[in-house]
Amino acid sequence: MTPNQRSKMPSKAATPKPGPKASDTTYDAIVIGAGHNGMVNGAYLAKAGLKTLILERRGNVGGAAITEELKPGFWFTTFSYALSLLRPEIIHDLELTKHGFMPLLMSSSFAPTEDGDYLWLGQDHGENLKEIARHSKHDADAYNQYSHDMEMVCRAIKPLLDAAPPDLFSDDPDELLALAALRSRFRGMDKRTLHNTVRLLTGSAADFLNDYFESDILKGYLASSSIIGTKVGPYSQGSGLVLLYHSIGEHDGEFGAWAFHKQGNGGFTKVLARAAQSFGAEIVLESPVANVITRGGRAIGVALADGTEYHATTVVSALDPRRTFLELVDPRELPTDLVETITRFRFQGTSSKVNFALDGLPEHPALPGRSDQFRGFTNIGPSMEYLEHAFDDAKYGWYSQRPYMDCAIQSTIDADMAPPGKHVMSTFIAYTPYKLRESDWDTERQNLGDTVQATFESFFPGFSDLVLHREVVTPLDIERTVGLSEGNIFAGEFLAPQMYFFRPAPGWSQYRTPIDGYYQCGSGTHPGGCVMGAPGKLAAERILKDRARA
Amino acid sequence: MIRKSPFHERTSALNETGLWSHWSGTLAADRYQMSDKFEYFAVRNAAGVFDSSPLYKYRITGPDAERFLAGVLARDIRTCAPGNAQYTTWCDDRGFVIEDGVILRPARDEFLLTAAEPNLAYFADLIGRERVAIEEVSDEIGVLAVQGPRSRDLLARLVPAVAGLPFFGLTQGTIAGVPVTISRTGYSGDLGYEVWIPAGRALAVWDAMWASFEGYGVLPFGLAALYMLRIEAGLLLLDVDFGSSRFGWTDEDRSTPIELGWSWMFRDLGSVDRPFIGRRAIEHELADKTSRWRLTGLVVDWDDHDRTYDRAGLIPPKDHTPIHEEYFVYDDQGKQVGYTTSSMYSPMLQRHIALTRVRPELAAPGTPIRLELDVNHRYEYIGARTARLPLYNPPRKTA
Repeated sequence: MTPNQRSKMPSKAATPKPGPKASDTTYDAIVIGAGHNGMVNGAYLAKAGLKTLILERRGNVGGAAITEELKPGFWFTTFSYALSLLRPEIIHDLELTKHGFMPLLMSSSFAPTEDGDYLWLGQDHGENLKEIARHSKHDADAYNQYSHDMEMVCRAIKPLLDAAPPDLFSDDPDELLALAALRSRFRGMDKRTLHNTVRLLTGSAADFLNDYFESDILKGYLASSSIIGTKVGPYSQGSGLVLLYHSIGEHDGEFGAWAFHKQGNGGFTKVLARAAQSFGAEIVLESPVANVITRGGRAIGVALADGTEYHATTVVSALDPRRTFLELVDPRELPTDLVETITRFRFQGTSSKVNFALDGLPEHPALPGRSDQFRGFTNIGPSMEYLEHAFDDAKYGWYSQRPYMDCAIQSTIDADMAPPGKHVMSTFIAYTPYKLRESDWDTERQNLGDTVQATFESFFPGFSDLVLHREVVTPLDIERTVGLSEGNIFAGEFLAPQMYFFRPAPGWSQYRTPIDGYYQCGSGTHPGGCVMGAPGKLAAERILKDRARA
Repeated sequence: MIRKSPFHERTSALNETGLWSHWSGTLAADRYQMSDKFEYFAVRNAAGVFDSSPLYKYRITGPDAERFLAGVLARDIRTCAPGNAQYTTWCDDRGFVIEDGVILRPARDEFLLTAAEPNLAYFADLIGRERVAIEEVSDEIGVLAVQGPRSRDLLARLVPAVAGLPFFGLTQGTIAGVPVTISRTGYSGDLGYEVWIPAGRALAVWDAMWASFEGYGVLPFGLAALYMLRIEAGLLLLDVDFGSSRFGWTDEDRSTPIELGWSWMFRDLGSVDRPFIGRRAIEHELADKTSRWRLTGLVVDWDDHDRTYDRAGLIPPKDHTPIHEEYFVYDDQGKQVGYTTSSMYSPMLQRHIALTRVRPELAAPGTPIRLELDVNHRYEYIGARTARLPLYNPPRKTA
């Protein structure tokens, strides 16, 4: 039985009707889940000539990357809300520009301070340095060094996103070669970059940033990227890794820059669906998979919740590791140590969304009459201490009373997101632990919405008067609607023991599973979450290699 | 002293960068805010407004105006019915291009020709005994280009006839009580219009337009965004992609319309007996296949590009800034076979692209050639393919 059957659909979604059936019952490959990785995977398989079926439980494609019209004319990116880590190869290989790929530039970042000032960074480097110098002349220079050091690390690390991790435990000559290549990549790095890489991969964002900067607002702004989607504070060891990950994101080759896809990430996944279909992949909605059918240790197909069976020699799960190993198949068919590793795999979602429909644009007290500071992200994380205090609440099982917020008034970037003169604002929230102490999210949902709204109001007085509609999406809602366990947006936290060789488990980081013909391609595999697509692509490469050998 | 467009009072208030170019002796904004790419996306995704006023404009009138123009313009103006506009070019008697421009035909005996450079003496000297008057009206008309997918709906709210205006159609209307002409033309390769406004009342029209566009995601855009749009659209720029034959030092500085890819203007040459300047040379060029070049699109192999930079220890640059400089292109044997004249990284196409002239035999779309780039202070030869222009061509442009 899938989690999807167990979960209650949120009230806003229509009860699924029996969907149209697939055109056939036998395929070369069946992909479970039409999120972005499932569709990337299915598109690559179809492009390689495999008769491919992608099955989706919900009535729409996209998984956690969807855009919904929750109030007439107002489009909300319910969950995932921006693009930066999408692998450029995927854009080209799947010919996404033919199908409407349109990454609109988010051209600035605005970070208000608690005392009514702000840090506003944009596309003019010289102006950015002057803006930083307003807060610290020292940091204006340090920012150049920091940016260069980070770019050196990103350049060195980025290729790891584009290849499967070598298998540490294999004697296969190919794997030994891949390990040697990995070693030589690290040995080829200069000492400073190698050391910075290790400091980021193992240390805290706060230590790293403190070595460069003195300004609270700059450190708070930069450290905000170190706490996304993972239960760490900026002072926690491990937050450096999350910071590094988000720094590798790019817009047209510019590290750290973000795009808002036309019509949000739901617009993007529709582009992906069109691309997959253009290569011949079939996408069937409202088809919840109950389980993978196995025979003699081999996957031979899937059974839907309604009993329909589809057969294929390759079955791919785009769901998270818990669903993939513990629910879609019988854990008793798997090695015990794998089951143990997956059982203790950390999800512990700490992220929520609050999406607003607005009657107009908010105003910052220091910038009366202006609104062009909203052409990118608005970062409510004015210092590392602020972020750490927000984390303190989560450590003890409660949501932040002054949360970290990553806001984007998306209608200023894509006017089609809201009616003329009106706006939508996507607000990402940390921290909101999946498991609350002495309460639950059904009780706290609107209280969280109030907390978020009040916090934003404290930086932008008058904000609440603009609110026409509010949608609160807690970790529980993410889990219920999308199926991501414990609402973890990365399908498993970005913690060193869960990355690279170990994502999702030692020995199983190469998209295979112990069941022949059964593969994994979700964000719980290397290189992980964000709308990156790499897991889907790398899994397809593995599948195609294995099929060629068979 | 540098001059100002009739909209300068408004554009200067909006230009936060302080960056201006001198275009025909007139201030023209390079960009209005820090990100030209943001302006570019406003045009591709909503709409943008560009001040085209510095263009040279000539009013040509009289009972012989059509006959006169049919003889001096290389494209047959007689196929442009009143109420329409036409993209055209004029050539010298050796069949080399002097300039290109858009010509509006508001009435049977009235034309308005735009040009990048002064052309009054050239045209006036050709009038002879025809009953034609030509006058320069550059300063009398302000021009606002409204370009992008929302442009039709936005302008139709001000001038309803815009809703049904075909590609290169013209209509008259009033905005803020001021009579204006609107043409479905532009330099963006997108759905778009140009509004032709009496200069003395330019601000009233500007104010009415912006008041009505408020809330629709419309941005003013500058030359940087315009150049991005026009390269994607395969629209040529004088003194960048070609030079006027009148001022060429050698024939290497000159181009024929066939070489620039405009042979479609001459499809009816065999069936229509129309004498025009350059006709015999163009006929010979077509018959004898003597073209030296063919202007084509170029799309760089992203994989080869990125790997080349990565090998050099660099981050592959994907800079959208339009480059109006020549880069050489080569065949596999290392022989130079042409040169690019405009290039950029296209955010819509997610590729490095260029307007390129190559030897005619290499112009078939998809022909592999190599682009010479300076990578780490060394020349590298990056894989690329020729491609049909325009490289970006949304159906809405003509729909």
